[in-house]
Amino acid sequence: MATNPMKIRAANKDGVTEVKVLISHEMETGQRKDASGATIPAWFITDLTAKHNDKVVLTSEFGTSISKNPFLAFRFKGGAKGDKVSVSWKDNKGETRSDEAAIA
Amino acid sequence: MNNQRRNVLKSGSGAALLSVLAAAGIITPGVALADWNKAAFEAKSMADTLKALGATTPADSKDVQLTAPDIAENGAVVPIGVASTLPNITMVAIMIEKNPSTLAATFTLPAGTEPNIQTRVKMGQTSNVFAVVKSDGKFFMTSKEIKVTMGGCGG
Repeated sequence: MATNPMKIRAANKDGVTEVKVLISHEMETGQRKDASGATIPAWFITDLTAKHNDKVVLTSEFGTSISKNPFLAFRFKGGAKGDKVSVSWKDNKGETRSDEAAIA
Repeated sequence: MNNQRRNVLKSGSGAALLSVLAAAGIITPGVALADWNKAAFEAKSMADTLKALGATTPADSKDVQLTAPDIAENGAVVPIGVASTLPNITMVAIMIEKNPSTLAATFTLPAGTEPNIQTRVKMGQTSNVFAVVKSDGKFFMTSKEIKVTMGGCGG
């Protein structure tokens, strides 16, 4: 799953950039059991960082309560059309992924 | 020592929060900064979670808005939005009282990032959902009960 890119949309309106991120991740809680009754181990994103160019605009820590294929929307002041917004995450297995998009 | 700790609290960043936890011996120094706030995410009750976040007794505030459905038909995907008009918000946390792990997520907002965040969470059952924000070093919260007709934790 971790190989699927995030979908990132960033749009600037009246000086405020709204960023929407859709991440492809199982977000397994470690509470569920499979058909044979064995517990499915937890597998979820723990840390997420969003940057505008090289400036951090959001850092976040997730728990297992975040839905599968997490969605996140946030806003920051500034940002111009064509600027880079990048999002990276790390999960509890140590996998990471980073994607970027240009502000529309 | 005590004065220093007060200052660290006032400075208000997530890193400062972690260093307070480190100072309190909850997280060993060295890994604290790189590591996820395990104590907070593994806390099973509202009180323990707030304590692990360093947020003792947040005040109820009308200036924190929690946007969520009254009834969630599918507990696996419940849209939650937190917004606030309070000044200098540095941290936002979403908590679901009756989930196995109360804390859903924390967000650290640097200056310039607006306290307006939306995400989607899982809910095992009908529960109160709390939005906690840190404004000028003080904690405020609001809550809303969301009824779940079908749980999201399956199995």
